[in-house]
Amino acid sequence: MRASDLSVDPVITGIGVVAPTGIGLDAHWQAALSGKSGIGLISRFDPAPYPVRLAGQVPGFDVAEQVPARLAPQTDFWTQTSLAATRDALADAGVDPARLPEFSMGVLTAASSSGAEFGQHEMGRLFTKGPAWVGTYQAIAWFFAATTGQLSIRHGMRGPAGVICTEQAGGLDTLGHARRLIRAGDGTRLMVTGGTDAPLCPYALVAQITNGKMSTGDDPATAFAPFSAEASGYVAGEGGAILIVESRESAAERGRTGYGAVTGYAAGFDPPPGSPRPPALRRTIDAALADAGLAPSDVDVVFADGAGVPHLDLAEAAAITAVFGARRVPVSVPKTLTGRMYAGGAALDVATALLALRHGTIPHCGAPVELAPGCEIDLVTGQPREAPLRTALVLSRGHGGFTSALVLRRPEA
Amino acid sequence: MSKFTLNDLRDIMRTSVGVEEGVDLDGPIDEVEFTELGYDSLALAEVCSQINRRVGVAIPEDDLLALITPAAIVRSVNELLVGTAG
Repeated sequence: MRASDLSVDPVITGIGVVAPTGIGLDAHWQAALSGKSGIGLISRFDPAPYPVRLAGQVPGFDVAEQVPARLAPQTDFWTQTSLAATRDALADAGVDPARLPEFSMGVLTAASSSGAEFGQHEMGRLFTKGPAWVGTYQAIAWFFAATTGQLSIRHGMRGPAGVICTEQAGGLDTLGHARRLIRAGDGTRLMVTGGTDAPLCPYALVAQITNGKMSTGDDPATAFAPFSAEASGYVAGEGGAILIVESRESAAERGRTGYGAVTGYAAGFDPPPGSPRPPALRRTIDAALADAGLAPSDVDVVFADGAGVPHLDLAEAAAITAVFGARRVPVSVPKTLTGRMYAGGAALDVATALLALRHGTIPHCGAPVELAPGCEIDLVTGQPREAPLRTALVLSRGHGGFTSALVLRRPEA
Repeated sequence: MSKFTLNDLRDIMRTSVGVEEGVDLDGPIDEVEFTELGYDSLALAEVCSQINRRVGVAIPEDDLLALITPAAIVRSVNELLVGTAG
């Protein structure tokens, strides 16, 4: 275990949000504080024939306005939301990439659904019209690294580049990995991290439905209720957040201290189904706190994964209780307003956590709920809760066993 | 189609690949190289694919690299159209 040292931990200086809660950081934060849900009947296609009909959708994303004309035809909505969020995140950070050495900046995004909608469109043309009708850009639009590649090219960032595919855990993993790259001290000063997702086309949705964890409810207010006695699965959401992470020295050149420092990170992987070994979450939390050099009592708020699936909720509540004690730390699940956004979900949780640290306010989860038996957590419901916040823990689990935990600390004056 | 014009090409470029910021597609672009219009090899491949679908002529891939301006593409398509008609 090392002592936490903010002088070497990188800071998050810029946030861009494109989410069901709105486009832009302010719109998202206001929606989070007022409990304004972005979940509703799917409108991107007719969901009537599908067992899952609700989702969190980004309101009013005008592609012509948000995406350069040359890039729009060659990108999926997934990449387009990342392009818009990255533009906003860089502006928020006050970074002009053209003024920085190109190899000192890198891009690391999470991907999950990737360009499924773009791919479905092109595959439809292949099956109905023939190979000559498949657009050339299918070659670069659908695959997992497409967003990272487009961001790297657009902003002239030629340092480390990669994509992490750990489903919903991916947003945290990009930050953990970027922190390692920046702290290595070999020339990387700034990383574009986080991610967005576009899981709402028939092809992508039917793939998700096979996991058996999605809510088939029709009431947007109750369909996704993590830790509730009424939990019946999750609702999917599109969009996410892009986060600019940089060394403290890099931020200080512009007089910035950032929203918060990434002071601890750990990733784990669950044992196979049926194994007598416990899920990875508890030891992942322990490892992230140890990495940060913090005790459980140092954590002021937990942003939970919030699967909305009873046995997964119970496992997460048990892990939180094992580390912190029963009802000893406030827990929130802001994704109740957006649905689970896969590659974008944890990234948006980080954005929300950083705003919570800045404003000393914990956004609540949707409607008040009756906690499921066995979930001994202090879930923030009904209304936001004001509290002096210094340290936040963000948890995320991805389908298949991916488990990650990230510790964020507000910069101390 | 009897003759493929620069305006036909402009329409394909605008609708299938898009226009780079700062480029006036309606200007005198005949002899402007595609690289200056912000078009890379993938963009040209998409343009040719669209020409094949709309006009019914396939520009041989080997010829593509030599067609570095809109005027060259228009000439090539019209030569192929004549060949098709004959």
